[in-house]
Amino acid sequence: MNHGGSILAYALQQLINGVTLGMIYGLIAVGYTMVYGIIGMINFAHGDVFMIGAFLSLIALVGLAAIGVTAVPLALAMALLFAAAISALYGWAIERVAYRPLRGSFRLAPLISAIGMSITLENYVQVVQGARVKPLMPLIPGGITLMNQNGFAVRLGWLQMLIVLVTLLVLAIFTWLVTRTPLGRAMRACEQDLKMTALLGIDVDRTISLTFVIGAALAAVAGFMFLLYYGSIDFFIGFIAGVKAFTAAVLGGIGSLPGAVLGGLLIGLIETFWSAYFSVQYKDVAAFSILAIALIFLPTGLLGRAEVEKV
Amino acid sequence: MTKPAAMPWLLCVENLMMRFGGLTAVDHLSFNAERGQITAIIGPNGAGKTTVFNCITGFYRPTSGTILLTHPNGAEYRLDQLRGDHINRRAGVARTFQNVRLFAGMTVLENLLVAQHNRLMAASGFGIRALFGSGRYRRAEQEAIDRAKFWLDRIGLLARADDPAGALPYGAQRQLEIARAMCTEPILLCLDEPAAGLNPRETEDLGALLLQIRAEGCSLLLIEHDMKMVMQISDHIIVLDHGRKISDGPPAMVRADPKVISAYLGEGEDSEEQTELSLEQKA
Repeated sequence: MNHGGSILAYALQQLINGVTLGMIYGLIAVGYTMVYGIIGMINFAHGDVFMIGAFLSLIALVGLAAIGVTAVPLALAMALLFAAAISALYGWAIERVAYRPLRGSFRLAPLISAIGMSITLENYVQVVQGARVKPLMPLIPGGITLMNQNGFAVRLGWLQMLIVLVTLLVLAIFTWLVTRTPLGRAMRACEQDLKMTALLGIDVDRTISLTFVIGAALAAVAGFMFLLYYGSIDFFIGFIAGVKAFTAAVLGGIGSLPGAVLGGLLIGLIETFWSAYFSVQYKDVAAFSILAIALIFLPTGLLGRAEVEKV
Repeated sequence: MTKPAAMPWLLCVENLMMRFGGLTAVDHLSFNAERGQITAIIGPNGAGKTTVFNCITGFYRPTSGTILLTHPNGAEYRLDQLRGDHINRRAGVARTFQNVRLFAGMTVLENLLVAQHNRLMAASGFGIRALFGSGRYRRAEQEAIDRAKFWLDRIGLLARADDPAGALPYGAQRQLEIARAMCTEPILLCLDEPAAGLNPRETEDLGALLLQIRAEGCSLLLIEHDMKMVMQISDHIIVLDHGRKISDGPPAMVRADPKVISAYLGEGEDSEEQTELSLEQKA
């Protein structure tokens, strides 16, 4: 880690790495924030849906290679679609089985159910796929060298560009969906007043189901990116990534979609810079300290709205 | 107005009971509401009026009794058994609240579009047709916007279509809530104290709006404390006291009923109303 004389280049490299990681966190955080917004519940199983998305991507890539689909872009696109579709089913089923029966019950009940669901999913994958780390060879090697300062080359990988671009595209589609379509309007209406929304003839259960489906698909996209970026996954990746994304959602202001992405970017950057300049071992400490500080000084997060209670 | 013998009542409430623990908020209440009329439910605070509304619109499951709604085509709906969103979507009942329940964070126009969700959702194909800008979706969206604008024009809020609903003055919010309910194209509109907090001028506009809505064929059920308005616009009045019906008839008859007079002049109680509220918050 000798970066004397190449301070700027070194920092720029960390910025690139941090944004890439932050995008992945942001995608997962959107799922947390959406579900919280609509039913006021933290879906702790969301990180595990991300993990399942990564596994499904790996299974699809291996399967496609086995049946002779060797064109990398095609294989990637198909694997991404496959992972998103199946994860969406998982999201739907989780809500149906673990949360819907508890709606109207006391507030902690679905939360406990979510923790149970998270443990169930982790063990399920551990049993079915084994506990060992699954590797994937780099599918998108190479990149461009942005600058070279005293022998330190700043690299921007094709993969990093792809991650950032796909994330931005997915978020753009998602933002459009929430702000411009009837489904998005119904979701926002549910967020503000579930009962009133039902009184206007909207099927609230279905709207909530679709929120889980969309959140799970976004988590699968994040899982896909994670798999490509790190090249190895195991059944436990959902836990830490999930908690980080949750931190991101809280930091950005839970319930706020732009806040989730902003929070994800900040957590990604903090973690990367901390690892680069202080210690890799303590990067999680850094990320979670931010959560603690945010909760103390900014309880509603960066872009969150303070809840004003009418009396 | 006389009713053809073969035509059943629009709304037929029979032996409705609603108990909260030991408290009987509505006690063996039966009444009918006729198609094309404004039926008012009045009574002192705590008489159980809002509870009746909550039973009709699916907020509460009645302890016992039936609430039957009959459409002009003969289709019958048991409102006491219908699922929350079906009360509006299938049975065609819409309501407003005593304390306005708009989607404050959404724009005025969006509030009215949410009310047309089912039509739009069917046309948007889960957003896929919307994404590719299909003609069918664009037509449906345009129709929904036109309907919304028609109502905004009517309540004089066209210029504020893109403002957040929460930023409107109170009187305008009340009117917007009525417009939103009407955008679901109901056959029965239930209004819970629509004139509360309005100044006399606004109350007059409101009365005119309600008469227009009736003239267009939507029946109304109205809870109201503003007796001047009630007597002016209602076709039929039901008076409740302590959860029981004490009078039922046209305005002139109800006004002269000694039981009604004593209920209003006798001591009012606020306690029951408050219990109702706290129960609603819990539910």
